[in-house]
This record gives sequence, C-alpha cells and structure tokens, in this order.
Amino acid sequence: MSNSSVALDGKGKLPSYLIDQGKRKGLLAWLLSTDHKRIAILYMIGVLSFFAVGVSLGFIIRLELLTPQGTIIDAQAYNEIFTLHGVIMIFIVVIPAIPAIFGNFFLPIMIGAKDVAFPRLNLLSWYLYIIGGTMILLSMVLPGGAADTGWTFYIPYSVRTGTNMIFTLSAVFILGFSSILTGMNFLTTIHRLRAPGMGWFKMPLFTWSLYATGWIQLLATPIVGITLLLVIIERVFGVGLFDPTLGGDPMLFQHMFWMYSHPAVYIIIVPAMGVISEIIPVFAHRTIFGYKFIAYSSIAIAVFGSMVWAHHMFAVGLSNNAEFIFSLLTFLVAIPSAIKVFNWTATLYKGSIELEAPMLYALAFIFLFSIGGLTGIIQGALNVDIYLTDTYFIVGHIHYVIFGGTGMALFAALHYWLPKMFGRMYNKKVAKVAFWHIFVGFNILYFPFLIMGWLGMPRRSYHYLPKFQIYHIIATVGSWILVAGLLIMFINLLRSLRTGEIVTENNIWGGESLEWKVQTPPITENFEEIPEVTAAPYEYKDNDEPVLEKEEVN
Amino acid sequence: MTTENEVVVHAHRDDVGARMGMWLFLLSEFLLFGGLFLMYSIYRFNHQHDFHIAAEGMNIFLGTANTLILLTSSLTMALAITAMQKGNKILSLVLQIVTFLFGLAFLVNKFFEWRAEFREGNYPGSPLLTAKPSGQILYYGLYYTMVGLHGVHVIVGMTIIAFMIRFTIKGIINKDDYVKLENAGLYWHLVDIIWIFLFPLFYLIT
Amino acid sequence: MDDNKTSHIKHTPGYGIYILVWLALVTLTALTATVAGISFGKFSIAVALVIAMIKSYLVLSEFMHLKFEMKAFRIFVLVAILFFLLLIVLLFQNYSYY
Repeated sequence: MSNSSVALDGKGKLPSYLIDQGKRKGLLAWLLSTDHKRIAILYMIGVLSFFAVGVSLGFIIRLELLTPQGTIIDAQAYNEIFTLHGVIMIFIVVIPAIPAIFGNFFLPIMIGAKDVAFPRLNLLSWYLYIIGGTMILLSMVLPGGAADTGWTFYIPYSVRTGTNMIFTLSAVFILGFSSILTGMNFLTTIHRLRAPGMGWFKMPLFTWSLYATGWIQLLATPIVGITLLLVIIERVFGVGLFDPTLGGDPMLFQHMFWMYSHPAVYIIIVPAMGVISEIIPVFAHRTIFGYKFIAYSSIAIAVFGSMVWAHHMFAVGLSNNAEFIFSLLTFLVAIPSAIKVFNWTATLYKGSIELEAPMLYALAFIFLFSIGGLTGIIQGALNVDIYLTDTYFIVGHIHYVIFGGTGMALFAALHYWLPKMFGRMYNKKVAKVAFWHIFVGFNILYFPFLIMGWLGMPRRSYHYLPKFQIYHIIATVGSWILVAGLLIMFINLLRSLRTGEIVTENNIWGGESLEWKVQTPPITENFEEIPEVTAAPYEYKDNDEPVLEKEEVN
Repeated sequence: MTTENEVVVHAHRDDVGARMGMWLFLLSEFLLFGGLFLMYSIYRFNHQHDFHIAAEGMNIFLGTANTLILLTSSLTMALAITAMQKGNKILSLVLQIVTFLFGLAFLVNKFFEWRAEFREGNYPGSPLLTAKPSGQILYYGLYYTMVGLHGVHVIVGMTIIAFMIRFTIKGIINKDDYVKLENAGLYWHLVDIIWIFLFPLFYLIT
Repeated sequence: MDDNKTSHIKHTPGYGIYILVWLALVTLTALTATVAGISFGKFSIAVALVIAMIKSYLVLSEFMHLKFEMKAFRIFVLVAILFFLLLIVLLFQNYSYY
C-alpha cells in the first residue's frame, strides 16, 4: 500500500469520476459510461425511484385496509396494486439494490481493480434492468391493467387472467437476465481481477457475500426465467405445459418458481449481511469476530438456500418424504445465518461502539432480521405452517426479513458509503432523527401483522373480519411514521449531495478495507497504481488484544 | 463506446477472464434448459405410457440426421479455432462459413420436421392434440418448447458466427487475438451438447 | 494470479485429434440410434443417457478445451451439474413418494 498512498494523499486531489473526462459531456457521458462507479450511480437512481413507487403502492394498500370493506380503491385495483408492490419491491428493488449499487461501486475498489471484468456488459445489465422496470410501469397504464396474480404468478390463474400478464412476465424475465449478467460479471471480477496479494481470505466480507450471491444469481435465476417464459408460451401459443386442463401440473410450476424464488431471498439478504459485516467492525473499532466463519457461512447459505424451496408449498400436499426433508433443511439453513448474527454480536462485545447513522441501521438490521429469521423458523415446522400459510404472519415475516433486513442494510450502506461516493457528508443529526422514525414506524407497521396473522387474518384479502380492524389501524398509522422517516432520510441524503459539508479525508469512518484508502470521491480508474495488498481487511489496533504484527498502513 | 475503460481492458487483455465469463454464462444457459429437463423428467415419470406412445411418432431418421449435422458443425467450429491459432486465416474463415451453413441445414431440417407434425395436426392447441391424453399433450408441449428454444439458440449461435466471420475478415480476430472466436465456439458447442440430450429424450427413448 | 502468464502459452492441438473425437461422437450416435430399437426395458433410458453423457464429456473436454483450462473452470462445471442433480433429487422426493 505504501507506494499508492503517496499519490493518493489528501491535498492536490485528482479529478474524480464525477467529472466528465471522456469525449462526451453531460447526460450522455453518464448513460454511455462503462465506469463501474457511474453505472452504480445509474442503478442507484433506478432502484431508489422504483423504491419510491413501491413504497407509494404499499402506502395505498395500507390506506385501503383501514376499514374492513372497500375504503379508497376497488377490489380489482387492490389485487393489481399488491401484485405490483410485490413485483416491484422484489424484482426491481431489493434483488438488484445492494449488489448492483454498492457491489458495482465498491467491489472493484475493494479488491484493488480498476473496473469489473466486463464493463460494457455491466452497462448492458443496467439497460436491461431499466427496460424491465419500465415494462412493469407500462403494464400499469396500458389497457388490461397490471397483473393481478400476486408476485408469485401461480398457475392456473396466471394463464387465465385477462390482465397484462405477458408484459409483467417478460419484464421479470428481462430483469432476471440483467441479474445473471451482473452475477457473471462479479464472479469473473473476483476470480480474475484481485490485486496482487489480495488472497481469498484477505477479501472484505462484502466481497465474499457478493461472490456467494453471484453463484445464486447465475444458477438459480435461469430456472425462474424459463418457468415464466413457459407461462408466456402457454398463454400465447396454448402449448400444454402447466395448465391442468392441458394435462399440466400446477404444483410443478410452484416447485420451479420457488426453486429460484427461495434462493432469491438469499440474493436479497446475503449482500445485506455483507454490508453489515463491513459496518459493524468499523463502528465497534474491533476486528471482526470469526472472519472465516462469516465468509464460509455466505457460501453455506447459498448451498443450503438452494435446497429448501418447497417449504413455501407445505400446504399444497407434498409427499410425506418431501415434507420431512424440506422441513429439516429449512431448520438447517437457519444455522449459517445465526452464525453471522452471533459473530456480529461477538464483534460488538467489548468494542467501543460509535452510534453513527450507519451503525444504527446496522444494529436495527440485526434486531429486525433476527425477528424475521426466527418467525421463519416457526413456519419451518410443518404443522404450524399449515395453519400459518397465507396469513399475515407470512407477510409480517417477509417484511421483517426483506425490509427489516435488506432495507435496513441498504439504508446503512447509503449512510456509510454515500459520503465516499460523492464527497459530501449528510446532516448526521437529521439522519438519526430519520432512523428513529423508520425504526419505530417499521415496528408499529409490521408487528401487528405477526399478531393478526397468528390470529388468522388471511393475506391478500380485500375484505376482512371487523375483529382485525384494530391491528390494521395500528399498522396503517405505523406506515405513516415509516414513510415520514423515509422522506426525512431521503431528503437529508439528497440535500447532502448539493449542500453537504465537503469531505476531504479518504478514510471517513476509519475503515480498513481498500475503498477507504482511495481518494474521496474516487478517481476514474480507482487507483493510480494497482495496490499491493499485505494486510487483512479488518485489523484494528484499538482494543483488540492479539493483533498480528502488521505492516504500517499509510 | 470508446471510453478510457475500454482502452484499459485492451491494454491488459485477459483471455482467461473472457473465457471464464463465457463459461459462467453457459452454465446459466445450461440451467435454463435444466429447468425444462426437470419438467421433462417429472412429466415423463408421471405419464410413462403416454410419453412412450407419443415418442413413437417421432421421425428418428430426421433426428439422427440433425444430430450428425450438429456434431459435424461442432467439429468444423473447433477446427476453425485451431486454424486461427495456427495463423491460417483462410482455412479458419472457410470452416466458420461451413459451420454457419451446417446450422442453416439443421434449421431447414427442423422446418420440414415441424411442418410434417403440423400437417398431421399435432400442433399446440389443435383439436387432434387436445383430444389426446394429457401425457401426450405434455410430450408435444415439451417437444415444441425445448426443441423450439434450442432452435432459437441455434439462430443466436449462427448470428454470433456471422459476426465472427465479419471480424475474421476485418482482422479483428487474428492469430494473436482470437478469444472472441473461442467464445463463439463455446456457445456453439453448448448448443450441440443440449441437442445431444434432446435427441435421445425425444427421439430414441420410447 | 500467475495464471495470467500461463494463458499465453496456448495449447494448440492439431487437427487430427478433433477428427478422432468427431469419429467417436458419430460412432456413439450410431450406437445409440441402433440400440434404441432394442428394448432394454427400464434400462433403455439409462443406456441412452449414459451415451449422451459420454458424448457431452467428449465435447466439453476436447472441443471446448476444458481439459486445458484452469482447474477453476472444471470446478464451475461440476458445481452447476451438482446443483442441477440436487434439484432433480429433491424434486423427486415429492413425485416419487406418496
């Protein structure tokens, strides 16, 4: 690191990637850029815009459910909106969110590379992503209406409904293709472009999590791709594949859908865990506990996560054998996740914890994800699951895991890395105010889901029994607090990009991974000279007893 | 799209990396068909008798001919790469064109096969087919989907080869830089491998 | 990362080996088409698939140069095949037992 640090030191900054350096200027210089950092920003704009759409749809759902009968929209619109909310949030927001934004931006920097392995393919992925997302939005406004099947597209309704299914399904197919290309790009990057000295076990844990995610993206996504393509073929040409009237087996569709869509949960959560593994040691000022365990557990999650899909189908009448195996494997998959949680808490133990905004979100992640994970284990038990299937308990569980997990990790990552990406610091006080709104609002919104689900409130239901109304009212009030928090957070972050305090130091938070050794904001090719890596990523001198003798960093 | 990055990529050319990316992509393609093979296995297991009857209606002769065509096209593709490695540009070009033509022959063959099936009335949604037992509908459903999707891959492969022919003429692919041709070859061979499995599953096992 | 260097030392097999592989592939095709007429009962699927696997192995290792590539490539292929087998085994847990 010695030679690179000289040139990259504070003063006399080089022009950052934010300044156009090629022949093109302005918008085109962004839209045609193959710089991984610019593509990351493009993804960020896309993901956060769709997140806003998804949140608005969720907000409408909550308003609608204030009363047991229709409130503001009719039943068909309700079906379309909860489908869109699911499709947008799952396929367009949380699946690409962390890998495509922060993976793109920081993976090459973290491993000491100038870019990803295939920069132009990277840009293509973004265009596919935008095309897919736009098609979903178009399906809302075109005649016929948006898909109303729920985000799971179950057969036979998805072959029969008159809504714009083909649009939605093709969009998801294209988004899947974008995801595959990103996964392939990251895997090749990690294999081929690590800087000299950057051995596998010197990689930051975020990189490890992206590696595991890349494999899931690569191997599982094509299965759902083909499955949805088959539904399109079935609708267009009337080819007998899944439709029971043509001899097909609707259960097989569910199997094939969940073969991807369960591992997709890990595409969603594993990078989030990677982010948390980065943030916790930095703000606890302690070396991460059990580096190798966390790294391996990412791989273990990828492996076990591929073998549990049928636990989404316990109520459809699987064979006894399948029920037994899938239930057992479901319990097993909790182990690697728990390993991570224990390692994070062990890292915090005796650390000098700094409660900056990223750390608050990271701690919220651990708390909310634990609730999400534990409620998941409850459903892994066969007999309990029969009772809980298609209740609000499931809805509560997925929101705790996906929003409480990946959502919080996304916010943590935004607060952690945004100053690095733009060279401007947000208002830290406002960030904390926003955090508490989000955290409190989140729990008021989703905890009642768990309770009313346990009492039998069915999901995706337009009408409901009056006895559940009190829970719905509480949840809706929670949604207002949550949305208020989100608004405060995003306004604070957006304002910081224009008026925030300028950050000059390279190492904003005191991190040890490579991204904190390059200029803020980074230069176009990240490094003037490819660094020689000698130290492990999480070596903190502060209060860690057995620190290895390490060469001086900077 | 000429930005600084591209210059860098060229400056540190990483052929192994390029091939690695291609292989990973091909594994993804393999699982795309894998989903279909899963369906085939389940439906065959559930409708053994119907699959048996439906498979007897297939034209083994045309299937075998197409297998030989694709295998030979794989050979010419592999030889085209070797020729390029040895610096024999003309031979490589000829072999690439031959590969392309084999792909075309495969499609023509397929066209006649499907036309015959359609004339018999075995097309999706036809009164004849929908009246059959569900296992046979599924057999034909899978047959048209899997072979059709494979056909799409043949067309994509031919398009890629057409580009390679152009690149070879222009000298973009040359003795020292032929990883594009290698990757095109990898894609073409994958198309071949998928057919190697489709052939017995639809034509031979009755 | 010393494989950067090894990538330049290209293995350039002659034309002959490919012709031999092709001959083997054609022979196997002829074999599988011929034995399809013979009824092996339950085993006819197995026979056809084993021959198909041998053929794909030849294509993978020879035509696709897998035997010359870094070890990681072979591991990748193995991972994908194992993943597929895992899916099929687990899926049949549902369909072959009631």
